[in-house]
Formats: sequence, structure tokens, C-alpha cells
Amino acid sequence: MKKKQVLMKGNEAMAEGAIMAGCRYFFGYPITPQNEVPAHMAAYMPRAGGVFIQAESELAAINMVYGAAGAGARVMTSSSSPGISLKQEGISYLVGAELPCVIANIMRGGPGLGGIQPSQSDYFQAVKGGGHGDYRLIVLAPDSVQEMADLTMLAFDLADVYRNPVMILGDGNLGQMMEPVSFCKFRKRKLPPKDWATTGTAGRPRNIVKSLYLIPEQLEAHNRKLYRKFQTMKRREVRFEEDIPEGCELLLTAFGTTARICRDVVDKLRQRGHKVGLLRPITLFPFPEERIKEVSSRVKAVMTVEMNMGQMVDDVRLAVEGRCPVHFCGRTGGMVPSVEEIVHEAGKILRGMKE
Amino acid sequence: MRVFERPKVLKDKVFHYCPGCTHGIVHRLVAEIIEEMDIRERTVGVCPVGCAVLAYDYLDIDMQEASHGRAPAVATGIKRVLPDKVVFTYQGDGDLAAIGMTETVHTAARGEPLTVIFINNAIYGMTNGQMAPTTLLGQRTQTTPYGRNAAKEGYPIKVCEMLATLDGPSYIARVSVGSYKSILNARKVLREAFRRQIEENAYALVEVLSTCPTNWGMKPRDAMDWIENEMQETFPVGIFKE
Repeated sequence: MKKKQVLMKGNEAMAEGAIMAGCRYFFGYPITPQNEVPAHMAAYMPRAGGVFIQAESELAAINMVYGAAGAGARVMTSSSSPGISLKQEGISYLVGAELPCVIANIMRGGPGLGGIQPSQSDYFQAVKGGGHGDYRLIVLAPDSVQEMADLTMLAFDLADVYRNPVMILGDGNLGQMMEPVSFCKFRKRKLPPKDWATTGTAGRPRNIVKSLYLIPEQLEAHNRKLYRKFQTMKRREVRFEEDIPEGCELLLTAFGTTARICRDVVDKLRQRGHKVGLLRPITLFPFPEERIKEVSSRVKAVMTVEMNMGQMVDDVRLAVEGRCPVHFCGRTGGMVPSVEEIVHEAGKILRGMKE
Repeated sequence: MRVFERPKVLKDKVFHYCPGCTHGIVHRLVAEIIEEMDIRERTVGVCPVGCAVLAYDYLDIDMQEASHGRAPAVATGIKRVLPDKVVFTYQGDGDLAAIGMTETVHTAARGEPLTVIFINNAIYGMTNGQMAPTTLLGQRTQTTPYGRNAAKEGYPIKVCEMLATLDGPSYIARVSVGSYKSILNARKVLREAFRRQIEENAYALVEVLSTCPTNWGMKPRDAMDWIENEMQETFPVGIFKE
């Protein structure tokens, strides 16, 4: 039986996916290009018996998330680049206190107030830890409206499994564009009870939700515990999609919107007889470094395509470790690279191989 | 005969507070009220950043530690998830009236059913005595070594008077713990602030004029008198919204 499809914006699909995954609390502050998320939550969260609050600021929103997550709820917030910068302090506290939640960043161009057109220039912030302290988020990078829904649903389970915030790293293009999407029934996996939540001490010793450890031995032990979780994520949660032909000469790597564009680039180049492949990381942390390492030993070159001045390319280079040249092709500031210009850049690399 | 006892909600642990600091008195009042109202098992407290950052070490209840100034937002999140529980914040003047003023005002404006306990000692205690938003004119602090000058540092913020202009709050009051009589009154008012949340599902804030003998450079006894005499000229005690 064919699943029922509906035409939705990426932002709406993400919001609907969250509600289907059992999220009942959403705290947000308006910012373009993610306004459809709070609008959808305001309309549909009450019908699901949940709570939507338009917070007075991003700071308030992320700290409402902290309180609700600490009380044991499935909770989410969304914003776009400048607003996510404001939330970084709260994100650091959430990791420190080991609170599960989902945070969506529908990226726009920066730095500063930047612009409102799509961008991927918050990669470093999302993947390397934008707030203070030694921490990581699981970062999921959808490339379609369908994945905006599916990965958001997955994000809530991952957050609960690891007691860690999970970030959906989309962009203004994915948030605003409309595509058919179908929602499968959400099957929540078996998760440990949230016996650490502050729900009142009835029948148990008290619970404290905090990130403060004034004794350095204890803070170091806490950091080591967090580090072990991040290492487990690296072992278990790497997700990527690849289309790599036999005898591949040039491997493209790209995530989100640029990965979509790169699919057309691959088609065009193959029509011209070139052996070109694409690897699309779906998790940006944990990064598919092992797979890129394996593939890089049997291709002649790698080209990373991003809507920034070169961020993920650093991680690709670390994975490739000099086994082959790693090139970069990017547009930024809200400019989206065209198929033609990427084909042109790839063509230069492919011609160089023949010479 | 009844023997004066430590409320069970107050853990048997020596306070880290300085001699003569009134945080201990207010902690005890909160503990007594929680015990008396029999709400220990359904109360969740939120600690601030400041001297009371370790309040969870003393109160035997579920607690969350908020980032600086965001306790009202954290408490909002908790209360929306657990509307049947009793949720309170315990915040100092820097936390509530400087860095957290936005959250303070908007949480009050929403009329979130919370109890906000606001310790006003007119100084930043934890960081060694800088000017607070409630530092009195002329008061010397580490960052106003020549005394707070209105032309340079502006005026102390009267939180109760300001919040009383909003429609959201149900109960706004200022009390003192500078004398035995004042402490008895403070206890009564704090209890009412909890009752408003529990019985009327309403927002209540109690500002408590408190001491900081260490950073004021006073003996504990003089600090108590300073609250009763000097501070109350700028911050009159009373009920501002009922």
C-alpha cells in the first residue's frame, strides 16, 4: 500500500515529525527562516495536549527547554543562526547537566546579522561545540523535506538514549521548500526510565539537575563520563549515504542542500563519461570519517561542496589524511551554488588528472 | 513541651555562607514552610548563580541549577511539564534584577504559577562585592569605590514597585530579615507566596532585604540594623500587589 503523502514545507514537516515523536513542549522565539516551526507548534501542539510558549528571547527559550527536559519531558526548540548563537550558553548547560532535547538550526548567512538566505556556515558551531566547555552534540543533516521529518523523529530517541541534546542542522532552503512527505507511525524504541528527572521526591531520594562541579577531580570525572558517551556515539551513530561507482576518480562530499545539488552534478559528469561518486554525511557529528578514509585510498581526488567558505572540508581532510588531494568548492552569504558551477570546478580537477 | 528543631527539609549540613549572612535564615524559613505545608515530595526548586548556587546542598528536595539569571525560564519549563508540583526560584539581586531582568519581567507578565524568592542584599556577594542593580546611592562597593553616584551609575531598581504595575502577578511583597519581628513577618509573607501558587495557581514574588556583612564591611549586628534603617528607606517593606 502506498503511504499517504502530503505537500509540506520542510519547517512544517519537522514540526509535525516532532509532535509525532511525542514532543509535547516547544519553546521558541521568532526568527526568519524558521518561523513556520513555531507557527505549526502554536497551532497543533495544543491539539496534541502539549504546550507552546513564545519565549521573550532565545535565552529564555533554551532555558525553558532546560527546565522541561530536567522535568523529564520530550522538548524542542528551533531557531536560525543568530538565534542559535544566543542559545549556545544554554546548550553547553544542557550537555553539562545531561539533558535530552532537540534543537533545530535552520541556517542563514552570517556572520553577525548576516542575511536571511540559506547557508551552511554554522557547521563549525554545530559540530565543534559553539558554547564553552568540552562537549559534542549529535548533529543530523537532512537533505529533503522527508528527512526533515524523519531525522527529527529519530533525534528525540537519540537524545533520550544518550541524555544529550541533538541538533537538526538544516538551512533556509530546506526549511522553506515544499515537497511531498509521508509520516510513518512513530515507534518509540525501548528507553531507560528518566529516573534522574526532578519530578518531586515522592518515593525516592531527591534528584538534582546541574552542571556545577566545584571539585576539580569530580569535574574531570564528569568530563570523562561525557567523553565516553561521545565515543559511543562515534561507534554507533554514524550515518551517511553514498553513491560511489567502481573505479571512482572523483568523490564529492556534501551535506544537506549542497548534497542535493551534487546529485545532479554527479549525473551530469557521468553522462560525460566521468567516474564520479558522492558521499553525503547524514550525521555531521559523529562524522563518517572511517568511511571517507576507506574511500579516499581508492579515488584520485575528493571535492567538498558547501555553502560556506570551507568548514566540513576540514573534517574531510582529517579523514583523508593526505591519501589524495582534497578540493573545495563553495558559495556563501546566502548564495546557492549552481549545478553548472560545481560541474565546472569538478571538470578542472578531472582534466588535471588526465594531464 | 516542644523543642526547637531543625526542619527535616533542611539538611544537616554546615552552610557555606559567611557569618552573619541571612541566606541561612531564609533557607530555614523556606524549609519550615515546605515542611509545614507538607509539600516536600511535590516541590521542585531552582537555584541561581550567586551565593545561593549551592542551595541544593541544604534543601532536601528536587532541585535544578539554572544558568545566571535564567531561573524563571527554567522554572517555567518545569511548571509547564509538572503543573501539579510546587515550583520556586531562589535568586539574588544580580541574578534576578541585572542579567535575568528580562526573564523576571516576562515570567511575571505571563503570570506563571511560580513562587519567586528574591534575596536583595544590594551587592554581588559571590564575586566579592561589586555594585548590584539594587546598590543604594552612596553605597561603596568594589566597583563603586567612591559610593554609587546616580550621575554615573544610575539608580537602584525597585523590583516590587515595577512588577506591581503588571497584570500577571497575583502577589508582590517586600520583607526584611533584619530583626526578629521582621523575620516573623517574612515567614508569613513567604508562606502566602507559596499558598498563592498552590491554591490559586498564581505568580508570587517576595523580595527579602538581606545582609552581606562581609562585602558591606560590617559586623553582623550592624548589618542587620543597616537593613532595618538604611535599606528600608530606599526599599520600603510592604505588600505591593495582593
